[in-house]
Amino acid sequence: MGDHLFEFLLRQGDNTLILSHRISEWCGHAPIIEEDIALANIALDLLGQTQMWLGLAAEVEGAGRSADDLAMLRDAWDFRNSILVERPNGDFGQTMMRQFLFDAYHVELLNKLVNSADERIAAIAAKSLKEVEYHVERSASTVIALGDGSEESHARMQAALDDQWTFAGELFETDAGDHALNDAGIAPLPSSLRVGFEVRAMAVLGDATLIIPETTFAHSGGRSGKRHSEHLGHLLTQMQWLQRAYPGATW
Amino acid sequence: MSDQNTNPRTEWPLWEIFIRGQHGMSHRHVGSLHAPDAEMAIKNARDVYTRRNEGVSIWVVEAEKITASSPSDKGPMYEPSQSKVYRHPTFFDIPDDVGAM
Repeated sequence: MGDHLFEFLLRQGDNTLILSHRISEWCGHAPIIEEDIALANIALDLLGQTQMWLGLAAEVEGAGRSADDLAMLRDAWDFRNSILVERPNGDFGQTMMRQFLFDAYHVELLNKLVNSADERIAAIAAKSLKEVEYHVERSASTVIALGDGSEESHARMQAALDDQWTFAGELFETDAGDHALNDAGIAPLPSSLRVGFEVRAMAVLGDATLIIPETTFAHSGGRSGKRHSEHLGHLLTQMQWLQRAYPGATW
Repeated sequence: MSDQNTNPRTEWPLWEIFIRGQHGMSHRHVGSLHAPDAEMAIKNARDVYTRRNEGVSIWVVEAEKITASSPSDKGPMYEPSQSKVYRHPTFFDIPDDVGAM
């Protein structure tokens, strides 16, 4: 169970860490300053959640590693985030579409985790949920505004959805470890979150006048760590550069 | 191509933001920002002006909906009240046991 729990906590912390880093790349580059600040806030929310998830992961592992060690000193194959969150930002519309797809999953997950039998997990979920409820409200309204906007914004959002939909499926992938945690009342089966996700996605994407691609194919390999995309390694070279070049540096 | 595309209106409307710091206090003007509509103005205000726990309530008003007094009317608008000290209630003796008013 310890291994399954560690794996689960890495998956949570790596999703929030890698997405946080991606969003932080917008800092100083967003189309308007209000969006710039909003994106930075979301990146910082996710980074705060990462500290809690990876902090607990380090505690559960009991190998003397800290949350910082897990974030900054692992290589790509040890990361357990889904491929969706490591993909490059693309244009603003692609970033917001990725954000909405992740937020819509994230809010379903946290809504279940607040009732986890492990009270440490329930506490992290309760704190995160308040932040994520705002994230999904914001990303959903932006997706609707752009999807149901001008001809150009609509076309870009449809392209973003076509591009990313098959990466969302991995969020609901379920393995033996997930079953063990579900049996112990610690975490829901990821597959059980899909219905709630789809109800929200269909409502928002419908309002956005976007068409969900007709495919059941889903990219895979991130949450198992077996086959990340080539983008993760590039991201890590930036994110981990300082600790790699100056081991143990603090300020 | 329509006129709108050749002459795009690149700026969203300006909104004035009012935040209430705590229950019982009044809303105070804290600044302004751009947003496409009132809903997004509230969200942007939340992100721009309440990130350090400044508020419990937000009002947004489209800046062009505000009617302001004219600076050139300053003389007739405000100067007459400068010489009317009797409008200040400072000529009454307040009994000590009334306390601060």
